[in-house]
Amino acid sequence: MPGNNPGMLQNAGILGADSIILDLEDAVSLTEKDSARVLVREAIKNVDYSNVEVIVRINPLDTEFGAEDINVIARVKPDTILVPKADEAQIKQVDEMLNKIEAEEGIEAGAIKLIALIETAYGLETIYDVIRVSKRVVGVLLGGEDLTSDLGVKRTKEGEEIFYARNRVVAACKAMKIDAIDTPFTDTNDYEGLAKDAAKAKSLGMTGKSAINPRQIDTIHSVYAPTEAEIKHALRVLDAMEEAKREGKGVFSLDGKMVDAPIINRATTTVELAKILGLIR
Amino acid sequence: MKNILGRELPDYIEGYGKIEPFMGAFNNTGIKERKSVKVSSVTPGEEKVLASIEEALDKVQIKDGMTISFHHHLRNGDFVLNMVLEAIAKKGIKDITVAASSIFPVHGPMVEHMRNGVVTGVVANYMSGPVAEAISRGELKKPAIMQTHGGRPRAIESGDLHIDVAFVAAPTADTYGNINGVGGKSACGALGYAVSDAEFADKTVAITDNLVPYPACPIEISQIYVDYVVQVESIGDPKGIVSGTTKITKDPVGLKIAKMATEVIKASGLVKDGMSFQTGAGGTSLAVAAELKEVMKKEGVVGSFAAGGVTGYIVDMFEEGLFQNIFDVQCFDLQAVESYKKNLRHQPMSASMYGNPHNKGAVVNHLDIMILGATEIDTDFNVNVTTGSSGVIMGGSGGHSDTAAGAKLAIIVTNLMKARLPIIKDRVTTVTTPGESVDVIVTERGIAVNPRRTDLLEKLSNTNLPVMTIEELKNMAEKITGKPNTIHTSDDIVAVVEYRDGTVIDVVKKIK
Repeated sequence: MPGNNPGMLQNAGILGADSIILDLEDAVSLTEKDSARVLVREAIKNVDYSNVEVIVRINPLDTEFGAEDINVIARVKPDTILVPKADEAQIKQVDEMLNKIEAEEGIEAGAIKLIALIETAYGLETIYDVIRVSKRVVGVLLGGEDLTSDLGVKRTKEGEEIFYARNRVVAACKAMKIDAIDTPFTDTNDYEGLAKDAAKAKSLGMTGKSAINPRQIDTIHSVYAPTEAEIKHALRVLDAMEEAKREGKGVFSLDGKMVDAPIINRATTTVELAKILGLIR
Repeated sequence: MKNILGRELPDYIEGYGKIEPFMGAFNNTGIKERKSVKVSSVTPGEEKVLASIEEALDKVQIKDGMTISFHHHLRNGDFVLNMVLEAIAKKGIKDITVAASSIFPVHGPMVEHMRNGVVTGVVANYMSGPVAEAISRGELKKPAIMQTHGGRPRAIESGDLHIDVAFVAAPTADTYGNINGVGGKSACGALGYAVSDAEFADKTVAITDNLVPYPACPIEISQIYVDYVVQVESIGDPKGIVSGTTKITKDPVGLKIAKMATEVIKASGLVKDGMSFQTGAGGTSLAVAAELKEVMKKEGVVGSFAAGGVTGYIVDMFEEGLFQNIFDVQCFDLQAVESYKKNLRHQPMSASMYGNPHNKGAVVNHLDIMILGATEIDTDFNVNVTTGSSGVIMGGSGGHSDTAAGAKLAIIVTNLMKARLPIIKDRVTTVTTPGESVDVIVTERGIAVNPRRTDLLEKLSNTNLPVMTIEELKNMAEKITGKPNTIHTSDDIVAVVEYRDGTVIDVVKKIK
């Protein structure tokens, strides 16, 4: 959501997304950087986003706006800050600034989380360091457009050029147990292409996908939504687990197959997701 | 005195007459009479084609104090109303009442005629632009009368609104006065709003830019009602004839509202074979049609009819077999005109057949689902589509109160806030449609069901939809926008808002 559009800031929370990115960077022209910063600050203070995660994309720290973005926005405690063109040094610097602001404002230390926007070849190749440098990093967002530009290759709908990057991000994030969020699909009128692209990223292990337009949210959710059969199975797994608990069994089976921790975890995630998406009550 | 909605009304208004207060949507029913019509018989050999509008004015013996009528099928592209008024003004005629089914920005030149006494009365179902603004400022001598699309033919047929001369803009007319809207460069399709005018006026003049040899088939308005035919160079601008709002909204908030409204429709149980549906041409309303289309396809439902002002989206649903018929009072775009021209099951309806509450049954009585908009809604579910937030007239019922009264499920779709203003208020500025006809309000942040509809409340409680009271919805908006100040108007009445049965539901006061 462009940070300089009051109407969009007001309605950002009700469009069905799990998280919203209030943008101070690319969507805001140079002449509106300061007014957008104030608007986003006021939106966070005054708009009820209920349980939607509020993420603010700041300007890079090597611009004249980045540090002031943090200084203003962190004081109203957004859930998360999205750091563009992320590398180890920048995340470290943001982390230190946040330590100071949190202390000054009486915000619980480490409360403000970070998502690293990996959109340079350097960031991609040093992704472990980027994640490990701060405990605040809860996710990586892959920025396909800037990355392919940095790589000097053409961005295509099929996305073969970011196949490696997607895999690399997924593996690093899974290793560090944080979210891997896929790059947006930029053709806002091609819902079929969006569904394909989302399904591909999901199959590689991405935990979510960013949308560049609210109209994309439903399609992304439908790709990531568990199927009816998956939900049924997950509910049965959890029922069986409850029953085993009551009977004091440590190990149990369902349909003749052993149910172990990964299966239970997956079932729990499936049911949670189905609840969020309103597929079960 | 007060009407049943608690709106303060005088007993009598100068320039309007005695007030019959609104006492409920179906309070004024029963045996009604149609007025008799004077007909000047035409004998063999007589000609109807005249050389000019001026000659027509002489032939119909136009004089001070007359009421002349126009239809609005050419919408914001209409040239006819302005041409006729200019000719009347040139003749030095004064004190004319203009009964136009709707008035658009293109009719701005009428303001000057209001100022110099040529036009002293206006009767319309909808008005926007300079004329509406001038009326709001008190520049019309008599209070304007705001009717509904069904109320207008009721008034004409009963004699409440006597038309001396009807000027019918005719996309195609023949030399003997048969008219259709499907031929010619100004083709606008169905001519439903012109039918009662032609039938009940003392004199009817067709004004056309496509004069064809007799007969002009298919005939929509018959020669038996038409006295004279005048050919002019152009009756309208095709760009203005096609309505500007017939595109599905791209606004994500509008789309969300449409999705929620469709969930409400599904939960109501009305999506089944034989269903009927109408929606306006606003972006969000059309988005509901698009969503409903998918639901009907998925569930294999075939509806009986779609009605209304018809757009290409409705035509698509019809052509895909989702509806067996279309009832069309007016075509909103060229795709609708084309469909109307070629398909016999794309049926025209007069405004009387569409919504007149005092005939032997209007189409709205058969409507299942109606999607409507709103400028303001109050906690009694009364809806205003007549005046804007500043108190200026910027619309009118059109078919709003007719369809709301008839439909089994009347849904209002609206943003909870527009710009910085909350839509739900304690009391609307002007009541257009009474709350008793409104079943549910769908906004992006919540849904409010009229407490009268306990059945619907129960059905919606079994869904995940955010159902709340209208007060909760109002508070939610006010938390964001604050409470707007009340608009202060003067005591002068500039317009009388008639309900479809002719009783007075509200008045519009002059803005300060």
